[in-house]
Amino acid sequence: MVLFARLLRALGIGVTSSQVQDWVDAVGHLDLRHKADFREAAQAVLITRREDLEWFRAAFALFFVARDPRELEDMELGLLVQRITRRVQKSRVEREGDDSDGGDGEGVPEPDRLQTYSDTDVLRRKDFADLEGPELAQVKAMIRKMEWRLDVRRTRRRVPARRGAIDLRRSLRKSLGRGGELVEWAYRNRKTKRRPLALICDISGSMEPYSRILLQFMYVASRGLEKTEAFVFGTRLTRITRQLKHRDVDLALRSVHEEIEDFGGGTRIGEAIRGFNYRWSRRVLGEGAAVLVISDGWDRGDPDILEREMARLKRSAYRVIWLNPLLGSPRYEPLTRGIQAALPHIDDFLPVHNLQSLEDLGLHLQKLARGRRGPSRWRGRAA
Amino acid sequence: MQSIDEVQERLRGAGYVADRGLATSVFLALRLGKPLFLEGEAGVGKTEVAKVLSLVLDRPLIRLQCYEGLDLQSAVYEWNYTQQILQIRMLEARGAGAQAQLEDVFSRDFLLKRPLLQAIDQPEGEPAPVLLIDELDRADEEFEAYLLEVLSDFQISIPELGTIRAREAPIVIVTSNRTREIHDALKRRCLYQWIDYPGFEKEIEIVRRKVPGASETLAREVVGFVQELRGEDLFKRPGVAESLDWLNALVALDRETLSDEIIGDTLGVLLKYQDDVELMRDTGVARLLERSRAAL
Repeated sequence: MVLFARLLRALGIGVTSSQVQDWVDAVGHLDLRHKADFREAAQAVLITRREDLEWFRAAFALFFVARDPRELEDMELGLLVQRITRRVQKSRVEREGDDSDGGDGEGVPEPDRLQTYSDTDVLRRKDFADLEGPELAQVKAMIRKMEWRLDVRRTRRRVPARRGAIDLRRSLRKSLGRGGELVEWAYRNRKTKRRPLALICDISGSMEPYSRILLQFMYVASRGLEKTEAFVFGTRLTRITRQLKHRDVDLALRSVHEEIEDFGGGTRIGEAIRGFNYRWSRRVLGEGAAVLVISDGWDRGDPDILEREMARLKRSAYRVIWLNPLLGSPRYEPLTRGIQAALPHIDDFLPVHNLQSLEDLGLHLQKLARGRRGPSRWRGRAA
Repeated sequence: MQSIDEVQERLRGAGYVADRGLATSVFLALRLGKPLFLEGEAGVGKTEVAKVLSLVLDRPLIRLQCYEGLDLQSAVYEWNYTQQILQIRMLEARGAGAQAQLEDVFSRDFLLKRPLLQAIDQPEGEPAPVLLIDELDRADEEFEAYLLEVLSDFQISIPELGTIRAREAPIVIVTSNRTREIHDALKRRCLYQWIDYPGFEKEIEIVRRKVPGASETLAREVVGFVQELRGEDLFKRPGVAESLDWLNALVALDRETLSDEIIGDTLGVLLKYQDDVELMRDTGVARLLERSRAAL
């Protein structure tokens, strides 16, 4: 049983030793003639997420059901070992990544400290699509150093405060010191918490010049903020929250790339947003979350679907922010059918084409409540 | 209860059809004295498990419905302030006001017990209750952390009174609809069970037990249709609770069999989002009915 627990851990399913102890206890209560009960018991004690069930069942079948030990040795174990080593290798690579000096894997030095102000200023305004070689690495490094904070929301939990509603319990306790005279009141008020954020990024062909750098941004944002969920889409939506949890940036991004098949393919924004609404919104848009949709709006899907799904998204999120790299161009007009369909359901329509715009976004996210009544719309900027 | 079979049988006797996995978890939860954590889509009968258990075991059911901001005052205990103030005044009237002590106003007499404390602080001679902590995903993390503490040693400390310990651990059922992930630390303390939508035969058995007034044909048609409906691309798929509501509605309307028309008229019982209703009205009803009939 301990061996089996070790196997589960190797498969990435966290099992604590007290859980193993519980399992041993549980088996003591079972009639061992029922093999299936043995499995159900192990499952109930050891597994805590639905996502792990499939792995658990496969591992259990291989580990306990094989009739002939030799059979196990021969083929099935080999298969399992393959899977395990693949996972182990992954984590080993990660650790090696940690040992390195934190370079970003492209062999480019950290930004030169002697660089003049105007140089960085130019870089901050340069369109992501025009960045090359060392500049690109430098901008990536600057993005890595950015700090992200999201606006707060008032929760329904109350905590002691200087003003607010009267806190009878504390008031009474205080009063006892004065012989029960309620002279000084204590108060409590609603606690505030940072809002969660959902990032949904378009990585289709037309976004190609931007998507790599934007993934970098998503990585930094999801590490810096407390609660973030990240998704990418081309023709279909893929959740990459887990991949972005890797400690190493490039490793994380590489595993994101492995995960998504449609990098640089066509776009169906409406279907992607629909996928988000149907499968994820209830799980990630609680607690007054804000949503960032990043896309240029070139859509080959049905604009009616896009309109309907954006409307739904708007209803379930505290704020919907659409970031469009094309807004950086002074000549751009949001005329594509996709954007036209989505615009009525967007709170903020903002550019995301250079560092400057990302910094502006950072400021904007910190005070979402301020612009709540009048959405901020990009109206063109003197180039 | 002595065996998993017995658990399954007695739950069935009380009108709850549990599959082997759930019965095993319930059996172990009782045997090991561990909380049972039930997750699954809305309307698959998570809450029902607690209700039926309290019935079968003949223990009181204490229910704590979770919501955001749920705090100690509503979940565990609260002091009866009016009484306390009155007490202080009375002491004053007797001239003892200046010496009013903590113990005079913070004693058990002034304590209002909320569900968690009720479950722990059982009256003498009564069996430990079934404690249902419903929809934990709606509460916030602060409450979850507190709950973790309570569930690990079944004791509650009240600063003014001291620690109250359960004489016998209550049977705890925690449910979640997964609108957010519950922290692993809490789940590890529990036995975890994912409850899925039931298969055809199981759902038939459930609705037949719960709506005895419906004819066999109607029940089969209803379940067949709902099962097909769950396969559609809906924003919110109907649960078993919806099947039951629908069957009840059809019985109330004196229907013996399904038709496109009656489905169209009663779709609101099954689908709770306008988009889903529209989708089905436009394209689905006749097609699904045909398919579900073919499968019967």
